[in-house]
Amino acid sequence: MTQAQLAQGQSPLLAVRDVSVVFGGIIALNGVSFDMHQGQILGLIGPNGAGKTTLFNCLSRLYQPSSGDILMEGESILKRPPHRIAEIGIGRTFQNVALFPNLSVIDNVRVGAHARSSSDIVSDSLRLAWIRRGEADVNKKVHAILGYLDLESVAHTVVSGLPFGTQKRVELARALAADPKILLLDEPAGGLNHEEVYVLGDLIRKIRDDRKITVLLVEHHMGLVMSIADHVVALNFGRKLAEGTPAQVQADPDVIKAYLGSKDQ
Amino acid sequence: MSTAEDIVTEAPAVEAVPKRAMTLGFGTSLVVLAVLILVPLFVKNFIIFQLTMLLIYALAVLALNILTGGSGQFSLGQSAFYAVGAYTSAILMEHVGMNYALTLPIAGIVCFGFGFLFGQPALRLSGVYLALATFALATAMPQLLKLGYFEHWTGGVQGLVVTKPDAPELLQAMASWFHKSISQDMWLYYFTLAVGIAIYIASVNLLRSRSGRAFMAIRDNEIAASAMGVDVALYKTLAFGVSAGITGVAGGLGAIAVQFVAPDGYTITLAIQLFLGMVVGGVGWLPGSIVGSAFIIFVPNIAESFSKGLSGAVFGVLLFLVIFLVPHGARQVAIVAQQLIGKLKKN
Repeated sequence: MTQAQLAQGQSPLLAVRDVSVVFGGIIALNGVSFDMHQGQILGLIGPNGAGKTTLFNCLSRLYQPSSGDILMEGESILKRPPHRIAEIGIGRTFQNVALFPNLSVIDNVRVGAHARSSSDIVSDSLRLAWIRRGEADVNKKVHAILGYLDLESVAHTVVSGLPFGTQKRVELARALAADPKILLLDEPAGGLNHEEVYVLGDLIRKIRDDRKITVLLVEHHMGLVMSIADHVVALNFGRKLAEGTPAQVQADPDVIKAYLGSKDQ
Repeated sequence: MSTAEDIVTEAPAVEAVPKRAMTLGFGTSLVVLAVLILVPLFVKNFIIFQLTMLLIYALAVLALNILTGGSGQFSLGQSAFYAVGAYTSAILMEHVGMNYALTLPIAGIVCFGFGFLFGQPALRLSGVYLALATFALATAMPQLLKLGYFEHWTGGVQGLVVTKPDAPELLQAMASWFHKSISQDMWLYYFTLAVGIAIYIASVNLLRSRSGRAFMAIRDNEIAASAMGVDVALYKTLAFGVSAGITGVAGGLGAIAVQFVAPDGYTITLAIQLFLGMVVGGVGWLPGSIVGSAFIIFVPNIAESFSKGLSGAVFGVLLFLVIFLVPHGARQVAIVAQQLIGKLKKN
């Protein structure tokens, strides 16, 4: 029995309720609803322009939905500014990797811990005792994550010079440093080769299992979604097309039509 | 989807320095410190005065470095913060009769507030537009200082004369045991050096801390920084505040050293000089501030010694040479020197 099935019946960790987004007359999302349960890997799929990234950006508060609501543990996230999303346990990675290119790997991950630590500029300038203690805690956590993701050897390398696959791992490490409950992954397989994609899939599952983190996977790569997701939501033209297990969604006639075109054409 | 473009931010306008490379090693720091402490003992008062100005401008360049090198925001308005600091110190000393040393933290706090408030509208601007907005501040400041409304305090066009402080009596007594005396210039030099070292250490601490990482995260990628929980608006205005505050302390020290404040001493030329000093020293490399400061103080004099009539042109040529040969300023020279020393050690 999967963790997702165990979680059935509990209240959802994240609930997307009837969310619509309109950009000057263009309806990018039209009344989309779904639930995410603790420990689930939820795959969000759809052809280009289906609204996946729009929905993703609503979750990370870059876009404000025109209507509907998004609830994290029963509480709406829509009143929070984007920088106060990390503190309620929503972490994310970016489609084309958005690291801090001039900082070292370890500093990138330290920035990830920003929401879980505190300081002010005066105490920081004076390096007061409580600042030094806080930094020691952050460093301990950051080194544990670097070890977990096998990044210790490049800890002090500036990220802009690292291979793309490594940069993706750094981004995951940075997201983990904020102790997220939900990890939003925006097309993590983009730019990776065949083999790397499956290594990534195993890594995502490992993170979910080891750290009890719920994962929302927005992904083009069908193979990856179908192999690791517990639950799949398919979008097309801003609407929810189908929802269910990977097998159910793959067999759904509407989904097949959206991806391959109808037989009559 | 086109939203992909929204997430990929443009490359930073300033080539940034990795955090670890922002400071000097311990040994090098000690050597620089020893030079700064010993040199005034062997030179004339006028040179000591110039060295004091070197330290003061170095502080102002350091402040700009924190803003531009640290948080990635441009400013051509540093002369305005410098002026506010200078006037705050001068007014407190001459009208209130406050001790010169006590006026400096007040100048710093007033300028922090001023910079923090100016940072609020600046949030909507970035890159060259921010540079222009700060430019406007710099051009407006001398005229604001001349306003009749403030004339009772500021002295209007005439400005204010400031009394130069003597060395503390205890120190003078100690020096007299060795049959030496401490001139006002020498005392002010060491006072400035002490303030400068304290601010330098605090700045290094700040840039190495959680707040400093937040500044640099914003510099490198605002959207990603925000997703990590960094309050971009807060840290951007804080960077402006810190930069203005340090510039204000430099301005206060400058007023005490020059013994005079007047509106026309704080024009846009000063702001451009500080900007120049930052570039020559290496953007984001804090120790470079003193090299940049030396450039803006001494190179015009050197240019004048070549030709009195064409000193501006000679300065221009020298500046061109620096930009062509070492575009990353003193930092680049330091890196090359470090590599050379490394090679020599291996042989």
